[in-house]
Amino acid sequence: MSDMTAVTVPVAEPSPKVETPFQRFRAEFFESKIATVALGVFLIIVLLAVFAPWITPQNPYDLAQVSVMDGRLPPGSEAFDGYTMWLGSDGSGRDLYSAILYGLRISLTVGLASGVIALLIGMAIGLVAAYAGGRIEAIIMRIVDLQLSFPASLVALMMVAALGKGVDKIILALVIAQWAYYARTVRATALVERGKEYVEAAQCLGISRFRIVFRHILPNCMAPLIVVGTVQTASAISLEATLSFLGVGLPQTEPSIGVLIANGFEYMLSGRYWISVFPGLALLFTVVSINLVGDHLRDVLNPRLKK
Amino acid sequence: MSAVLEVSGLKTHFFTHAGVVKAVDGVDFTVSKGEIMGLVGESGSGKSITGFSIIGLIDAPGRIVEGSIKFNGEEIANAKEERLQSLRGNRISMIFQDPMMTLNPVLRVDTQMIEAILAHESVSKQTAWERSRDALGLVGIPSPEERLRAYPHQLSGGMRQRVAIATAFLNRPDLIIADEPTTALDVTIQAQIIHEAQKLTRQTGTAMIWITHDLAVVAGLAERISVMYAGRIVEQGGIDDVIDRPLHPYTVGLLGSVPTANRRGKRLFQIEGMTPNMLDLPKGCAFGPRCHARTDACGLQPPIEDIDGRSLRCFNPQRAAEAVK
Repeated sequence: MSDMTAVTVPVAEPSPKVETPFQRFRAEFFESKIATVALGVFLIIVLLAVFAPWITPQNPYDLAQVSVMDGRLPPGSEAFDGYTMWLGSDGSGRDLYSAILYGLRISLTVGLASGVIALLIGMAIGLVAAYAGGRIEAIIMRIVDLQLSFPASLVALMMVAALGKGVDKIILALVIAQWAYYARTVRATALVERGKEYVEAAQCLGISRFRIVFRHILPNCMAPLIVVGTVQTASAISLEATLSFLGVGLPQTEPSIGVLIANGFEYMLSGRYWISVFPGLALLFTVVSINLVGDHLRDVLNPRLKK
Repeated sequence: MSAVLEVSGLKTHFFTHAGVVKAVDGVDFTVSKGEIMGLVGESGSGKSITGFSIIGLIDAPGRIVEGSIKFNGEEIANAKEERLQSLRGNRISMIFQDPMMTLNPVLRVDTQMIEAILAHESVSKQTAWERSRDALGLVGIPSPEERLRAYPHQLSGGMRQRVAIATAFLNRPDLIIADEPTTALDVTIQAQIIHEAQKLTRQTGTAMIWITHDLAVVAGLAERISVMYAGRIVEQGGIDDVIDRPLHPYTVGLLGSVPTANRRGKRLFQIEGMTPNMLDLPKGCAFGPRCHARTDACGLQPPIEDIDGRSLRCFNPQRAAEAVK
């Protein structure tokens, strides 16, 4: 025991390239071709939606630009104003290409906004439940159970019926329909993390409860939260389309994807397939690409599936 | 030497559905400044619970039911949570067994170390960073700047335990409770870690309670040793006295079961039976049913007695020592 300084030398390791967990995650994510393509498709959809006003010939919300004379034109027809309607037009003369891009804007806004808000609310409630324990946890989790026993579409439908039409009301309805999924996920993960030794070690360092919950436990719950977040965002988008299709979502003057599909529904049997099919395909691509990304995220982020 | 920690009559019980588990049932010891005390016992003997009682992290259904823990003269058994929180990591630190588990996997080493300083002192981040770097250097980590930027998964087990030890020493605590800090490491790393810990306690005057089941570790490290069995300290004394001339039959048995060079070819001594069920301890001396030196007197609980400058809970210390020879 007299002089062991010589022994300490072998612990020198070759200095590792400092790699953040995020860099590792990114490398693993792009290993999958399907997920990469899906992410690409989703990004293209987002870009199309964001730049819609500059890349579409018509503003479907501006009634002065919409002419009933252009109604129900098949794909490739020329509009009264001289531009080509590559995807045809709907019953009220809206260029479907323009309408779909503007519709995607609304759908994505509604989906992402409700997804993020529901995530934040559900996360906070789930963390409180996990950390408080006891009666508070029991009450919160029974409310979550109660809510999850109803289908999300039913809850959303009831909320929209009660709140009325409009983008803000739809978002609120979707948040109310979806927060419970996040709360349940966060609580389950946080309970596991809370029992881990690093939490005990942090307590032994005299770090405050608040910091332990938000700095130590929460970041370790992010993986399942991100996965649930992507899947729930996709489901929020299709829920919004469902509500609009049923006529309780967004008004005719601000057509979202769901409204467009509903508009074409009555023409399906008369052979004017394009009015419903093209918005339907847009919705399909959006939801499927998000879900594929979400699926792969689950594989990458789940340590139990690691090779 | 002044006493940093005085534990007397400490009882920590767990009130479970199956009954009361007396995990710690009347423990007394004192640790002086700069002293390393080994707390030895088998799994479930209550040694870790003793450590957690001192730092005030006993979770329900457990609680300290009796006794006093005086830290620098201040009573901290069942003290207010705010007071305990200001002591933890600041005046009393803890080092855990598994370094793979005790560092937060998503936070960088510097974040975790700086946080430990800022939780107790209002210094600038830069100062905290410099102190963290110096602390890593002190425990023998090469190029500490680089390690500070690393995530725990990028460090080896020994390296992580060094980080944990550096973190425990960051605020120059008066007492460190090390709960089997070398059990999860291989023997060479173990030797290095023990060396670093010993060096640091000498440099800083920090007292240390080294909880372990490994007598060999304690023999080379501690100045005093307390042997625990079924929630009680059965023998306590200077390390050389206890290791060379154990008096309690349990200590005798533990030491006899360690293979040594001069017992080559002979059968190792074996303690009969199994560890007792903590819910249903034997009457009288808890070690009685397994003891090779038991007499009729052992049906009663032996009191703590001072013999040859050590304290002992046994009626027949002489018989115990002779049996193994």
